[in-house]
Amino acid sequence: MRIHRVLAGVLTAMLPCFAPAQQDTLKEIERYRQLLQDGNPAELYEARGEELWKRGRGPKNASLERCDLGLGPGIVKGAYVRLPRYFADTDRVQDAESRLVTCMVTLQGFTIEEAKRNPFSGTGVPMITTDPFSGVGQRSVMTDLVAWIASESRGMTIAPPMSHPKERLAYQAGERLFYYRAGPYDFGCVTCHGDEGKRIRLQSLPKMDNAKDAQRAFGTWPGYRVSEGELRSMQWRMWECIRQMRFPELEFASDASIALITYLAKKAEGGTFIAPAIKR
Amino acid sequence: MQPKMILALGFSGICVAACATRPSDSEAEGAVAEMIKASFKTRGQAAIDRLKQDDAQALCSRHSGELPKGASEGIEKAQQATLRYPSSGKLMGDWREGERIAQSGGGKQFTDDPARPAGGSCYNCHQISKQELSFGTIGPSLYQFGKLRGASEAIQKYTYGKIYNSEASTACSNMPRFGYNGVLTEEQITHLVALLLDPESPVNK
Repeated sequence: MRIHRVLAGVLTAMLPCFAPAQQDTLKEIERYRQLLQDGNPAELYEARGEELWKRGRGPKNASLERCDLGLGPGIVKGAYVRLPRYFADTDRVQDAESRLVTCMVTLQGFTIEEAKRNPFSGTGVPMITTDPFSGVGQRSVMTDLVAWIASESRGMTIAPPMSHPKERLAYQAGERLFYYRAGPYDFGCVTCHGDEGKRIRLQSLPKMDNAKDAQRAFGTWPGYRVSEGELRSMQWRMWECIRQMRFPELEFASDASIALITYLAKKAEGGTFIAPAIKR
Repeated sequence: MQPKMILALGFSGICVAACATRPSDSEAEGAVAEMIKASFKTRGQAAIDRLKQDDAQALCSRHSGELPKGASEGIEKAQQATLRYPSSGKLMGDWREGERIAQSGGGKQFTDDPARPAGGSCYNCHQISKQELSFGTIGPSLYQFGKLRGASEAIQKYTYGKIYNSEASTACSNMPRFGYNGVLTEEQITHLVALLLDPESPVNK
């Protein structure tokens, strides 16, 4: 992992000297990304997640092996690509993380606050950002679990259900949130993800209303982020975009986060899920 | 299920398929309003009231990319009324300072120190000087901005106004209204004007 971080640093430092032309720089980055595919540290998170799923934890010392992720108690294979979905027991549309919170509460006896603690590794904030809080290297049970659950859908087709009215409502609300511009920068998700072929600095941006872009984006989260040396979840991706949009903090596993993820999942429908992927 | 409800469901189903980009449904409006209230929390300088939209934000959100006739002019007129220029009358600062501001992408995030000045995040979206290869493409290239336009008082005023409030000339622009929203100070904006217009700036070499 350290090597990856160093590599990322070296590459970033070298960017200006690769070639004067912009195209060459982008080509080099693409080549670097392909080189990364060789060894993906996400496997370490997945292995920890599987162990955590099976281990007795919480006041009830119970495992999560009876947790229903939508396909029936204990069925993990293929569950992630069919989320978010409506769950009758909570009467809510839930994604993988919010469903894990439910299972930690009902099966293991944690409080909701305990289940939601440390949803992201470290502080969640990228290292390049000045951060007054420590916490680098702090592990997240939630992140490990979601890495494993996602890995059990690797190679499958993204197919979020849309038959329940609340699933359709979540989609529609997610779409409206996607276009919702606010805050001191007037940003909305659409500011960066509304047009094709755009970049922030050198980072290419997916247009979420374009199936191919959405499939590539949705199909690669969770992802191991080389620049951060951490595995990051889809909930984290929402939280971090919202932070950069200068909005107040998006609550982990909140209805707005799930609505946005429902919108993206639907836009990515039919794509192949290859997460946990490795990312720049 | 009641036939009425089946009809409603069937209809909303059609709408998801046919009017996929812009469903207009009061239920969804209500759900969004509830989420805006319940799913976010104040952290650091990013207080919850940042989610309250002004008229321009609300209009641009509702009609993303497809404003009704006359709405653009309405927004632009209202935003023009907000334009304020430095009382000193000096619109061009130091392009070197401008380059630093253009490079800096921080400011106004809940992880940023509110005591430190915000950056302009300009390179995030624009090509500016030829030397900086790491630039974004959400906005147009600004390379040779001044060389193509000169640095007359009218151009200085136009450039200052564009940075101060981009929506005074382009309704629903993707660019933040840096001056109007108090992100950048008057002085910072004059440095950016210099970066774009000063003949000595690398932008115009």
